[in-house]
Amino acid sequence: MTNPNNATISTVHTAEFTSGHALQIPTLRILQDDGSIYPGAEVPQLDKATALKMYDSMQFIRILDERMLAAQRQGRISFYMQCLGEEAATVGSAAALDDKDMIMAQYREQGALRYRGFSLEQFMNQLFSNEKDLGKGRQMPVHYGSQDIYYMTISSPLGTQIPQASGYAYAQKLRGLKNTTICYFGEGAASEGDFHAGLNMAAVHKAPVIFFCRNNGYAISTPANEQFKGDGIACRGVGYGMKAIRVDGADILAVYKATQMARDYALEHEEPILIESIAYRLGAHSSSDDPSGYRSKEEEELWRKNDPISRYRLWLVKQGWLNEDEDKAKSDALRQEILDALKVAEKVAKPGIEHLMSDVYETPIPLLNEQLEELKAHIRKYPDAYPVTAGRFE
Amino acid sequence: MAKMNMLQAINNALDLAMAKDDGVVCFGEDVGHFGGVFRATSKLQEKYGKARCFNTPLTEQGIAGFANGMAAQGMKPVAEIQFADYIFPAFDQIVNETAKFRYRSGNEFNVGGLVFRTPYGGGIAGGHYHSQSPEAYFAHTPGLKIVVPRDPAQAKGLLLASINCPDPVIFFEPKKLYRASVGEVSEEYYEIPLGKAEVLQQGKDVTVLAWGAQMETIQKAVDMAQAEGISCEVIDLRSIQPWDVDTVAESVMKTGRLVINHEAPLTGGFAAEIASTIQKKCFLHLESPIERVCGLDIPYPLALEKEYVPDHLKTYEAIKRSVNF
Repeated sequence: MTNPNNATISTVHTAEFTSGHALQIPTLRILQDDGSIYPGAEVPQLDKATALKMYDSMQFIRILDERMLAAQRQGRISFYMQCLGEEAATVGSAAALDDKDMIMAQYREQGALRYRGFSLEQFMNQLFSNEKDLGKGRQMPVHYGSQDIYYMTISSPLGTQIPQASGYAYAQKLRGLKNTTICYFGEGAASEGDFHAGLNMAAVHKAPVIFFCRNNGYAISTPANEQFKGDGIACRGVGYGMKAIRVDGADILAVYKATQMARDYALEHEEPILIESIAYRLGAHSSSDDPSGYRSKEEEELWRKNDPISRYRLWLVKQGWLNEDEDKAKSDALRQEILDALKVAEKVAKPGIEHLMSDVYETPIPLLNEQLEELKAHIRKYPDAYPVTAGRFE
Repeated sequence: MAKMNMLQAINNALDLAMAKDDGVVCFGEDVGHFGGVFRATSKLQEKYGKARCFNTPLTEQGIAGFANGMAAQGMKPVAEIQFADYIFPAFDQIVNETAKFRYRSGNEFNVGGLVFRTPYGGGIAGGHYHSQSPEAYFAHTPGLKIVVPRDPAQAKGLLLASINCPDPVIFFEPKKLYRASVGEVSEEYYEIPLGKAEVLQQGKDVTVLAWGAQMETIQKAVDMAQAEGISCEVIDLRSIQPWDVDTVAESVMKTGRLVINHEAPLTGGFAAEIASTIQKKCFLHLESPIERVCGLDIPYPLALEKEYVPDHLKTYEAIKRSVNF
């Protein structure tokens, strides 16, 4: 007899409900706090150059975040979001991918972006929305994207990239590309309908996508226990019929290992897979948020000790791959480099007025050309009111 | 040439598009083996395989999101939303994502290959949720193109142009006409340009404008008015976004009067956009107020559908009011 319900039917004769916490997924951790490896844990295959590139990317983001949050406080950029405490999750996962695997992120994945090769200048141009910004100055700071490095442009609406990643990966499969798509999102975004839609679509249509959930405990002020009642996010993947794993997001070796295995599995079996990374959002949600209104300093201090960078640094030193004095000098030099790049980017002109109308459609529709001409005429009449663009067109 | 109804013409267009380009993929609820609840995708799975014509889970936001992803990769998804009434769960994906994809990325990425096909409009006793005409919601969103055909030959040419268009398109199909509208359709591949209205009949006293299934309605009204000696110019708008301002303005400058008909509710309907634009462009040529003959500002009703719709009699009265003002 065929079973149109697509459900396993094994009958029982006493009524018994399955517990909502019947499935409890353990957390993979490889690296101990002191930089040593847990007994029995398997260190992923990692050459020195890759290991150090991972470290450099984490350090870069840590220092960039610190510097640019300060720049926002000084009013030099309008907005900023740091990823303090989550550097390992995004760098470690990106490092396990092929350079041509698509990355579709939420907004707190600068680590992955840096690992892929987004330059300091490109970060700055986007943050200052100047005319060199790949996004032509149209989106808020931190909404990065670059076709060259397969990093899909970020958008603010939460969770929308999840079903998009399923479709993107399905297209990769259809074209016979040996590439996958990784889709990052927070545990708050996982409450959106698009999470359900995206995971279910990927499972049913066998899209080789890696769903990577950053469960950092908070969605702005909302703690995870007000976000969902189940055992985190990983168990949901199982409900959609896909493999899932939970990793310590502050342990870059665990993240790297899990992502590497997930990628191999997704491509070999043409199936989606879910990784839930457990970390803590050490910083504020954004430059517009003050976490002291909803959580304690004690809690923050506790997690501050779980620093993904210092743990990894200890391991690298043990490997003989990193010298702490050289590392310190390098960090200081980077701080200066960032400051210099900031000063350059903030002096670059804003995009020209024609970029208001370009790219709405591939070619502007007549109405847009008309509106642009009217706007130019208006600006010519009141140049003092529009100093950014006045005088820059014929 | 072959005799086809609108569904056959749409099916033929999809068939030709899939044959021409491997990137064209059709999906949606019941679109696969079954061929769609209206049979617009009939036999496509058989011909092009399950990977290129398939059923999706029942989730409109998922369909739209999936389509966005495929199009961002460079393919040409033709996603079906079973009824336009159910496009609203996908509103966020369409308005915030599809429409802004190219702009927000500085043209680093785009979903230009994307088409959403969806049956729209009333006249089939569909009540609240099988009758709506939501084009005006989308017309308010820069970045989308919106197309509505009126007959089989047009449906085919406009759909092929939509699939080939470098911008995302929402293609509204008047389901009332799916089987009712039959005509000669070329079996060859051809496109009808987007953004261009069509003047179906020349006239000198009043311009009467509509799109989709309402073209039949206004034609009846125009025939009644002509019998009384009123010369009507009839325009099918065809594209709601971008809409052909020049053709409409040129006509109104000649006739001095304009009657716009659409099935969607009056308030916030696309006729308001046309009326205000034409009022500005043709102010010195207008002989009477622009008339809007539209649905009532109520949810689409079941039992009193006949009373609700902007039918030929209501349009005929509006033509006379316009001419006799």
